[in-house]
Amino acid sequence: MNALRLALLACLLASPAGATRLYVTNEKSNDITVIDSDTLAVTQTVKAGRRPRGVGVSPDGKLLYVCASDEDGVQVFDTTSMKLLRTLSSGPDPEQFVMNAAGDLLYIANEDNAQVTVLDVKKNQVVANVPVGVEPEGMTLSPDGSVLVNTSETTNMAHFIDAKTFARIDNVLVDKRPRYALFTPDGSKLWVSSEVGGTVSVIDAKTRQILKKLRFDVPGLTREEVQPVGMRVTADGKTVFVALGPANRVAVVDAETFEIRKYILVGQRVWHMALTPDEKYLFTANGNSNDVTVIDVAALKAIKSIPVGQAPLGVAASPN
Amino acid sequence: MPGLSALRRFGRALALASLALGYVAAAAAEPPLKVEIAFVAHARAPSPPYVIDPPPPGEGFDGARLALQENATTGAFLNQIFDLQNVELGEDENPVEAIKPLLAQGKKLFVSALPANETLALADALKAEGALLFNAGATDDFLRGAGCRSNLFHTAPSRAMLTDALFQYLAVRRWNKILLVPGPNAEDAAYADAVRASAKKFGAKIVAEKPWTFGPLARARSDAITQAEALTFSRGVDADMVVVADEAEDFGDYILYRTSEPRLVAGTQGLIPVSWHPTHTAYGAEQLQNRFVRMTKRRMRPIDYQAWIAVRAIGEAVTELRAADPQKIANTLQGPNSTLAIFKGAAASFRPWDRQLRQAILLAQPKSLVGLAPQPGFLHQRSTLDTLGVDETESACKPGKS
Repeated sequence: MNALRLALLACLLASPAGATRLYVTNEKSNDITVIDSDTLAVTQTVKAGRRPRGVGVSPDGKLLYVCASDEDGVQVFDTTSMKLLRTLSSGPDPEQFVMNAAGDLLYIANEDNAQVTVLDVKKNQVVANVPVGVEPEGMTLSPDGSVLVNTSETTNMAHFIDAKTFARIDNVLVDKRPRYALFTPDGSKLWVSSEVGGTVSVIDAKTRQILKKLRFDVPGLTREEVQPVGMRVTADGKTVFVALGPANRVAVVDAETFEIRKYILVGQRVWHMALTPDEKYLFTANGNSNDVTVIDVAALKAIKSIPVGQAPLGVAASPN
Repeated sequence: MPGLSALRRFGRALALASLALGYVAAAAAEPPLKVEIAFVAHARAPSPPYVIDPPPPGEGFDGARLALQENATTGAFLNQIFDLQNVELGEDENPVEAIKPLLAQGKKLFVSALPANETLALADALKAEGALLFNAGATDDFLRGAGCRSNLFHTAPSRAMLTDALFQYLAVRRWNKILLVPGPNAEDAAYADAVRASAKKFGAKIVAEKPWTFGPLARARSDAITQAEALTFSRGVDADMVVVADEAEDFGDYILYRTSEPRLVAGTQGLIPVSWHPTHTAYGAEQLQNRFVRMTKRRMRPIDYQAWIAVRAIGEAVTELRAADPQKIANTLQGPNSTLAIFKGAAASFRPWDRQLRQAILLAQPKSLVGLAPQPGFLHQRSTLDTLGVDETESACKPGKS
């Protein structure tokens, strides 16, 4: 969610730095854990719809969007009161989404019906349904907002879609079960993680050719235990963090040389991650140990684990 | 052979062209690559009414059909068309004869759910034509051992894989004392052999064996005299578990709650090791379960799943190769970097020494998933999935052997 994250950064720079709040979706306890980034403590647990997964904050920080996958809707919470405002009709089994910089359109991967749903959040109206491959999952928008990318887990492709006309620009085959896609901040490259293939493909955003395939040979682990899922990139575009699932580690990758600088041990079955806007901390949602690991980004060290709900999957940061 | 041609049906051919999905292939100038697959199985005779969960019509083929749709969706982006033909055999019909017209048409990719002897005969007939067979039905270990064929792949787990999965779980629970109850059929004897081998491999002790000699009680309920014998046959055996070998499902369900001492039941009934089960929803499996239910209005069964894997494996190889040559597909699938996403966590792949798909095995009771093997702690230098079934060094399938 680059466009969104950048918007959050802009927001932060314009106002005095305050504590960031992290929102963690817990798939099995059907709630959202709110964490304060100053105290690194849980401040609140809020009931959500069934099977909350994808999560994101509006560019102005006022609204929290959560995919309630088993209720076929996207829930909207007021971040100040943490009250549920409404539920948007997303299409069946929404899993991940990305929001445009203006904060009026959600692009949602509906895992169960092989399409991306574009939703006008103010009107609660579906603007378009874009057919993609089987089991769409990863969603991202280029930093300039012009290109939408979706990954389909069973078709094994990254679909490049024109964000205005919704015409497909290209389809790039990657390794098995692509789960997450991420543009570098300059928009020049797209990173795609393949959970079952065990790789990350770095794709040239212009030519749509694969520039590099990263493998993660974690000492002491078999190949099958390394299952890349969530990713985050620092604002300077120099470092990408890759969550390695049941390998229980986050890989720190130099985004220019593709060298893997470090593996940071986190909780069990790490899914998705969020950087605080000041990039002081990286939070990881660990699905099997029911906690969140806090990584000190400067030191590249795990400094704390915070118990959350059951089966945490998604995590998003807010600027206020 | 009366009624042979009447019984044979080349039914429900699917041709999912790219246009049908609303996509226009990018390079329209080039003719699309056509990938033709045939599914071969016997039509099921209707089950008697007392069978609560009878095999549905279309078992196996429906899994292949779902996989074909998935292949076709990917193919639509790559200018590839997938086609699936259903070869439904009559009870006494010979599959080798039935597929001759397909071979004459140049079809080279076959998936079957047939008994072991027919699987082997079909593989041999196909080999002469350079065609491949994916066995999605037979669990017999000899098909992966002395009877292996270079053009025969197995997406069905072997009995050894199934019983190894069960005995890993029993080892973790330390339920080591086993009463083995083999049924009267040849398949039961083969299952019991696999149970004995797994018990030895994972340190369990078969403290007694009591062959089931009381007839198919669970299906014919009113036989009071044999019932009394059946209630006492296991008396005095000091066992943690009763492991039943009853592939025909005639008596295994009858034993639980009817033994003289309280005993758990596992094997072909009770706690069962299976490739697929409705209770399995982790690792994205829910998506596959939902897709299948939506298409067929019924739950996906192991043979559906195994046929689904076979057609997906072909599709994945074609995607990678941009070609449908059977030899190339065989080489790709046996290659060291070939992986398949089969919704059970660790990536599946074919063992190059016997072309058996390495895959996790579920341990399930009717309404609850109990576990997944390999169980934590069972290690292997290559892949933990190779703790299930016959390993390379023990395999009777030798390279170069047809």
